Amino acid sequence: MNDLVQNALLNVNIAAILPSLILVCFGMGLLLINVFLPRGTTRHAVWISLIGLAVTGFFVYTGWGNPQYGFNDAVAMDNFAAFFSITFLVCAALTILMSDDYLRREGYPVSEYYPLILFATAGAMWMASGTDMMTIFLGLEVMSISLYVLAGFFRGQVKSNEAGLKYFLLGAFSTGFLLYGMALIYGVSGSTRLTEIGVYLKTHASLLDNPMTLAGLVLLSTGFLFKIAAAPFHMWAPDVYEGAPTPITAFMSAGPKAAAFAAFLRVMEYCFFTLKPEWTAMLWVLAVLTMVVGNVIAIRQTNIKRMLAYSSIAHAGYVLVGMVAANEIGYSGILFYMLAYTFMNIGAFAVLVLAGKKGEDNLTLEGLSGFGFKKPFLGVAMTIFLFSLMGLPPTAGFAGKFYIFAGAIKAGYIWLAVIGVLNSAISLYYYLRVMVYMYFRDPEEDYAWVAMPGAVVVTIIIAIAGVFYLGIMPGEVMELAKQAVF
Amino acid sequence: MISVYHYMSVAAILFALGTFGVLTRRNAIVVFMCIELMLNSVNLTFIALSSHLQNMDGQVFVLFVMTVAAAEAAVGLALMIAFYRNRESIDVDQINMLKW
Repeated sequence: MNDLVQNALLNVNIAAILPSLILVCFGMGLLLINVFLPRGTTRHAVWISLIGLAVTGFFVYTGWGNPQYGFNDAVAMDNFAAFFSITFLVCAALTILMSDDYLRREGYPVSEYYPLILFATAGAMWMASGTDMMTIFLGLEVMSISLYVLAGFFRGQVKSNEAGLKYFLLGAFSTGFLLYGMALIYGVSGSTRLTEIGVYLKTHASLLDNPMTLAGLVLLSTGFLFKIAAAPFHMWAPDVYEGAPTPITAFMSAGPKAAAFAAFLRVMEYCFFTLKPEWTAMLWVLAVLTMVVGNVIAIRQTNIKRMLAYSSIAHAGYVLVGMVAANEIGYSGILFYMLAYTFMNIGAFAVLVLAGKKGEDNLTLEGLSGFGFKKPFLGVAMTIFLFSLMGLPPTAGFAGKFYIFAGAIKAGYIWLAVIGVLNSAISLYYYLRVMVYMYFRDPEEDYAWVAMPGAVVVTIIIAIAGVFYLGIMPGEVMELAKQAVF
Repeated sequence: MISVYHYMSVAAILFALGTFGVLTRRNAIVVFMCIELMLNSVNLTFIALSSHLQNMDGQVFVLFVMTVAAAEAAVGLALMIAFYRNRESIDVDQINMLKW
């Protein structure tokens, strides 16, 4: 018995969860501090959470190249997890920077908002570093439950309520499928550790024809595909993205999506590498469907937030192309793309935050008429982000798409790459339309645009810097991404 | 003799019933109860398999699932209350402001 306890203690390796542990401590400390301060003070929360993210980032950074495994191989803080963690931290930091002023303007200066973002980020980090189905499930739920609250954060606004409730009901529903898949895989292999499942499936080849394995694989994929909003599991995304507070929409469409991709990638690569032909065939179809559905429906949207939601579905489709390719360049392309997407998407939403009027959102295409000349800086910034989302050089979006499609071609999926490029061409239409409204239409009524607070401008400048850095010099980050894949 | 197959069959039936309920019921709380039914059918699967495989992992997993389901219930009911205060209904047909 003593041996058992000693063994268990030896297997605990705090270094494997140190970064996320620090983040959670900052979040809980912040919740405590909030109790002692009068309601409505939020500045301290912004600073403390930014410091927490920076400290966490420092520990992730110093752990690069020095993988830590802990808790009986349930957690692995390797380069893969570290790269994704940096993506989540960047995403959370940019979201927090642009939130404070928006919350004040909408009349919800509530400091509990910031710890929730920190918890969601910590959950995302556990998903990326989980090598056991329990860790992945726990990370997914910590992330999702925080996001349910954040999506419904404006409790007096019916749209926000509705987004939160919808996200909650559908998210919990999809969790049921994910768990049932995990249970079936556990029943087949007798373990919840990803590597052990992989070894078991490899040594028992006859199990691959077992309906239980296949049912488990499909149910598990359904759960993950729901979280990344791939068609046909995408219907929640536009509704939730439209109703949620704008900074949260930006956060949800970048960080948690990347987290779901990280966990999906690890599960597929660790457990089901013997079933690769089957799942790449499945994802081929879904990637095409996701790209087409996202891009075609985005054309019809008049609300920009909703349009960006469909565009985010389309981008999930591009990333799925990298998963279908299933080679080094495709996988490292996914890592690169999610970081690039974080910068360009959050930048675009930060511009939208400043395009709003108090009390009512100003998010229709008509509402942006003449925006480019009224606010030259924001107009140029929006143009840069839209170019990046289209995938034009020299922006990050181009480099990311280039790597992903290069991976697909290298793996022999020429047609998939062709469909992907054609879809990028479709997307030109609805992105360019925003610019047409910004620069070639006169505003119907002249109203005062909201002031430009420094924090949001800083967010936009960081995002622009990121877009250009990744676009002009993608080599360095791509080299890191290559070190990060399995 | 009740074997693991019987347990798994019951769990599968419960899961299907839960899914059916989520898709057909109109009251958000009943929908949520159906989701809980799905999660509990997963728990049953895990426990049956755990005892069949003589392996503790499944039982530990069940503890996690129950904890998370409790947290999820707290958040979900709070969201429903917020929605009810604004719309005076928790009929899922009323969740219709955002579409297409």
